[in-house]
Amino acid sequence: MRTLLQQFRRLGSAGELVAMVGVLVASILLFGAIAPGFYAGPVFSSMAFQLPELGLLALAMFVPIISGGLNLSVTYSANISGLLAAFFVKAFLVHAGWVSLPVALAIGLSSGLAIGFAIGIIVAYVGAHPILVSLGMMILLRGLGEWATRGGDISGMPDVFATIGYGTVLGVPVPMIVFLIAVAATAYLMGRTKEGFAIYMVGSTPAAAEYSGIDVKKTLVLVYSVSGMLTGLAGILMLARFNSVRVGHGDSYLLITILACFLAGANPFGGFGKVLPLAVALMSLQVIASGMNLMGASQHLATAAWGAFLILIMAIRAPFLRQNK
Amino acid sequence: MSVGAFPMTQMALRARAVSKRFGNVLALDDVAFDLERGEVHCLVGENGCGKSTLIKAISGVYVPTPGASFQFGDDPPVSKISPAEAKARGIHVIWQDLSLFPDLSVGYNIIFDAFVERPFALSERKVALQRARRTMEDLGVSLDLDMPLRHLGIAQRQLVAICRVLQTEASIIFMDEPTASLTRTETENLLDIVRKLSARGISIVFVSHRLGEVLEVCSRVTVMRDGRIVGTFPAEGMNQKRLAELMTGHEFLDSRREWTSPGAPVLQLDGLTVPGQFQDVSFTLHRGEILGLTGLLGSGRTELAHAIFGMTRPESGRILIDGAPVSLRSNRDAIENGIAYVSEDRLNLGLHQTQSILKNTAITTLRELSSPSFYLGPESIRTLCTEWIGRLRTKVSDPSLPVNSLSGGNQQRVVLAKWLATRPKVLILDSPTVGVDVGAKAEIFRIVNELTAEGMAIILISDEANEIHAHSDRILIMRNGRITKDLQPGDMAEEDLEALINA
Repeated sequence: MRTLLQQFRRLGSAGELVAMVGVLVASILLFGAIAPGFYAGPVFSSMAFQLPELGLLALAMFVPIISGGLNLSVTYSANISGLLAAFFVKAFLVHAGWVSLPVALAIGLSSGLAIGFAIGIIVAYVGAHPILVSLGMMILLRGLGEWATRGGDISGMPDVFATIGYGTVLGVPVPMIVFLIAVAATAYLMGRTKEGFAIYMVGSTPAAAEYSGIDVKKTLVLVYSVSGMLTGLAGILMLARFNSVRVGHGDSYLLITILACFLAGANPFGGFGKVLPLAVALMSLQVIASGMNLMGASQHLATAAWGAFLILIMAIRAPFLRQNK
Repeated sequence: MSVGAFPMTQMALRARAVSKRFGNVLALDDVAFDLERGEVHCLVGENGCGKSTLIKAISGVYVPTPGASFQFGDDPPVSKISPAEAKARGIHVIWQDLSLFPDLSVGYNIIFDAFVERPFALSERKVALQRARRTMEDLGVSLDLDMPLRHLGIAQRQLVAICRVLQTEASIIFMDEPTASLTRTETENLLDIVRKLSARGISIVFVSHRLGEVLEVCSRVTVMRDGRIVGTFPAEGMNQKRLAELMTGHEFLDSRREWTSPGAPVLQLDGLTVPGQFQDVSFTLHRGEILGLTGLLGSGRTELAHAIFGMTRPESGRILIDGAPVSLRSNRDAIENGIAYVSEDRLNLGLHQTQSILKNTAITTLRELSSPSFYLGPESIRTLCTEWIGRLRTKVSDPSLPVNSLSGGNQQRVVLAKWLATRPKVLILDSPTVGVDVGAKAEIFRIVNELTAEGMAIILISDEANEIHAHSDRILIMRNGRITKDLQPGDMAEEDLEALINA
């Protein structure tokens, strides 16, 4: 056992990815064995349509977690971004055809960016704790959104939205393509740019980063801006998939996104964690949800299974972490 | 209790054939260690020589390899000690981190152990606190028992830790680098207390890298190297140089720096003032020069360094680099202008302790590493890191390991590497040898001398008079935020410098 642990450690951060892929394969095999018809095409494509929303929100949570913070406003930021886009499209572009789509995307992204930027400015320059700032932002957005929609849905988007929500390119669902592009972009930002490097360092020891010449404030603003843009993208994707926006949609994703980050090995105190294990961890969660669904279990039981799964993984991980100390 | 109430030669501990193996490493190799009752015994050696392992074997943390023997006083020898037995025999260890509770009051920190054993003894806390007060009075310590510990400085916390172990019967106290972060006055106070404890018949084992104070406080000194005992020597007749040689196993040449004529001015300060920190500081630093900057803690020397590094903005005065005035809005501007600062606080500010050696080396040169494209590749980071590991002869088995897996001296080389990678004109070294053992110290100054030969200008901040005296071309003494003396080390003896600093 000990030598196995040591060998695993030698893999370093690649080990995290290997472990997550192992978990994914195990859960696929498990449900393949117990859920009838699991390997049939429709199951996988339904997963590929559902995963991206949660996935984008988890990415939006991941970047702040690496910086030693948290963004509790991800779901409502996505809602509001979708809402603003929906309002605009309904008011001016209902008959504009495909043009409505890039406009909606631009509005969604800029709205998410603005929300994230505001959080970043407050965290960086006021020095308030990110949990408090983003919690405040979440409640603010929720109140505004419910006021603007009177608690109802905004629906009736042009048909072109459905092609994004349900379309496929070469058999791959468009939302999945969007998600994979976002994963690649985030992985590149975090792992292959000086800005990403700085985010890990700020998350690890802000004072040491400052003394090393890293602009900690600018880095934090960037962190929450990127996070905000990802929520904007998620908002548009949700709008396209449901052809409507309701404030509060995806509310239950919030804690799942945080847990998915920790599941993938992100350090709760910042400074450590990789994007690819997160993407794989999310796929495992989706496999579990779809597998349970296929077996006729209720949605709620699937949520319970996620919880059990997360606890299990944490328990298995514990000895590896101890080795690292 | 007075000195001489017991015969001085009585043995407190006789340890024999103590060995301990971790994997392939023999951390302790057939060690014999004697401790007399009431003696102050120093344990010295380079990092990784086995001092901590020996302490842990005696205090019951580690079980030694079978065959060891420990004899306490006249009791029959035992082959190993459990933590409970160690406690019952009054063996205590005060580790460098002190293991205190920042949010508890001083009083509760002192009486903490009593409540660990009997958690429901809360009704007795008044009695316990009174005893804590008596302990403090006996030692001549005055601290507010109700004050939260976190308001105390490291020196006072040290005293709290000592009072804490004195709440139960103490026969042997191990102190792990207790003076590492204390000022001279604080060190003197602590050494006084150590003497008081020894006068009560408590044996003190004192671990320190500061060889001067080692010889000052102890009666005998045991030197360890590579898991073995080199020897135990009386402090009388021993000197620092000899100790250093015993610890490292090689000879040190008397390494006073050769004075070289300075080159062109590179950094000039002109009436620099940060209110409340320092006033009207002016000096000129030349290429290839080492300027020693010293003074007591609070004299404003670190604050001055922060201002030169752009971390604080002066209210008045000018900083000139190569003759041109510069405005430093942040340390990024300072780095851009060729100024680098090795912080005195390597643990919290100098390095990202849990991050890899690779990342710690690359952090200051991210822009160069990722230009002209936006791509910051792991290959370029590795190349940079490998280059500096080679140039500074850093002992690294794998650069992707966390930097805190290295010894103090090698960590300091990583700090040097990350700053040298910025190709500075001026390198500020703030207490560069804190927590660095004697062999590594010599290596660091070897590197520094090479740098000055290439034309780099160095500001060396230290409160160790011998370091400043041996390695500076010029010495400035600061006091209350002003430069009070401008000296040439060649003109004076080290002792005179020490007297001037403390005057």
